[in-house]
Amino acid sequence: METTPQTESKIIELKPFADEMVVNMGPQHPSTHGVLRLELKLDGEVVREAIPHIGYLHRCFEKHSENLSYPQIIPFTDRMDYVAAMNQNWGFCLAVEKLLEADESKEFEVPERAEYLRVLICELNRIASHLLSFGTYGMDMGAFTPFLYAFRDRERLLLLFEKVCGARLTYNYIRIGGVSEIIPLEPGSIAEQNFLDEIEAFLDYFEPLIDEYNELLTKNSIFSERTTRVAVMSAEMALSYGATGPNLRGSGVDWDLRRDEPYSIYDRFDFDVPVAVDVPELGSVVGDCWSRYKIRMDEMKESIRIVRQILAEGLPGGPVMAELKAVRPPKGEIYFRSEAPRGELGFYIVSDGTPKPVRLKGRSPCFSALSALQELSQGLMVADIIAIIGSIDIVMGEVDR
Amino acid sequence: MKIEEIYEVLTKQFGEAVLGFDTELAGDPNIRIAPSAIADVCQYLVETDTLAFDSLMCLSGVDLNAKDEDFAIVYHIYAMRHRHSVVLKTAVPKTDPHLPSVSHLWKTADWHEREAYDLYGILFEGHSDLRRILLPDDWDGYPLRKDYKEPEFYRGMRVPY
Repeated sequence: METTPQTESKIIELKPFADEMVVNMGPQHPSTHGVLRLELKLDGEVVREAIPHIGYLHRCFEKHSENLSYPQIIPFTDRMDYVAAMNQNWGFCLAVEKLLEADESKEFEVPERAEYLRVLICELNRIASHLLSFGTYGMDMGAFTPFLYAFRDRERLLLLFEKVCGARLTYNYIRIGGVSEIIPLEPGSIAEQNFLDEIEAFLDYFEPLIDEYNELLTKNSIFSERTTRVAVMSAEMALSYGATGPNLRGSGVDWDLRRDEPYSIYDRFDFDVPVAVDVPELGSVVGDCWSRYKIRMDEMKESIRIVRQILAEGLPGGPVMAELKAVRPPKGEIYFRSEAPRGELGFYIVSDGTPKPVRLKGRSPCFSALSALQELSQGLMVADIIAIIGSIDIVMGEVDR
Repeated sequence: MKIEEIYEVLTKQFGEAVLGFDTELAGDPNIRIAPSAIADVCQYLVETDTLAFDSLMCLSGVDLNAKDEDFAIVYHIYAMRHRHSVVLKTAVPKTDPHLPSVSHLWKTADWHEREAYDLYGILFEGHSDLRRILLPDDWDGYPLRKDYKEPEFYRGMRVPY
């Protein structure tokens, strides 16, 4: 096998000082939330530098997309953030729809029923995603029980998703122009009523549990000792690193795309945007690991509020797909961002008027947030690295694409 | 501020380095900038109080066609305080693709530029650590280029399937 000139000319320079030790963490490590590899340069137990190496899950999403038609790309977005796949489907479909709308010769509108179903399902998926984050973060910090509780409750949500699209993890449910009809949910039918009743039963069961989980983990003194005042990310730093979603709000920036740049029908719902504040009784300051974690716990309550409003209104009738003969956006380009559970999910699409995109870039929230790790971890202990990774809540499928 | 106004401000400030304003195509309009001036323009966008573009949403390399002579680099920038956004576009020749880095202005540009280097081979001058990010260090070629041909073998493993 030929070696490339690139490797031949590469000189690896190590600058060891008295006690420096280089520890390789990952890519196979239970606390790196996937295949993240960190090169840790340690002085005793103090981290001098943590260099993230990513790409172990690179699946050439962008290259694949250039050879696929728009509807065929949707299953690929499922595999980006696989714990919140509905939101990824939606983000992509929104971008394509936005570009389709720019073509004035073809009129099309996403039906009302589809919009309601999208918000309903995506908010439930946000709860499922935050639940997973809560459970695994607890386990990272040494508490095993929250993990079991989180997976128990998430299971009920996955069963609901299975009822609506047949899949538990990679849904391919939200389509360009509406939602999938693969399992029919006729307006006013018994199936629809059962589905909504089940959601309501879940919310009634789950809402009081959030407070229980807060008692169990959030206010737990071992947990809060491990996470408060650790890796404080200032608002400027968060913005500069492009941290979005709960990470940005955890740094005290009051910003949520659902409220500030409302897309779909989010402007019809009443919900608050949780923003981190100092919590002196636990010793938490804005921007630390605990704040980022707490935002997710609070966001679950807001998602429940949104879902309850939909349940109170009831789903409107009508079709769930717009009348679209072919997905063929006009020549042009668009960048559209939506609020996924992990932050701002953007898709940049360049179209030349053919059914396939010329260029598709997925701007992943985890990719940007993870780049802050190197600066955040300097001077902390090795165990704090785990606390940081868990608190910025990465999914490697989305980082590596 | 609307993108038209930002365009006027930039032409006043930078004159010929601002090449034009594209609105004909569907979707987002964009301001074309000369590649050598991109870092200065971005710095002006960040530091001017009325503009205050404090967040780089996305930085992407684009190769439209194998026959084209240029790569495009597109910057989607947003200002939290003023809630306005702008799309900057610049083009570098494929034979010698290099332009100034903006990673000192927005730290997120660090990884985004590494990604553009990794997948397109665009060189960002002044970037502190320009190496591959998604692909292995010894990978040959730049896969998102339209004329890319994947290697037959990588470390003894067959690549085309």
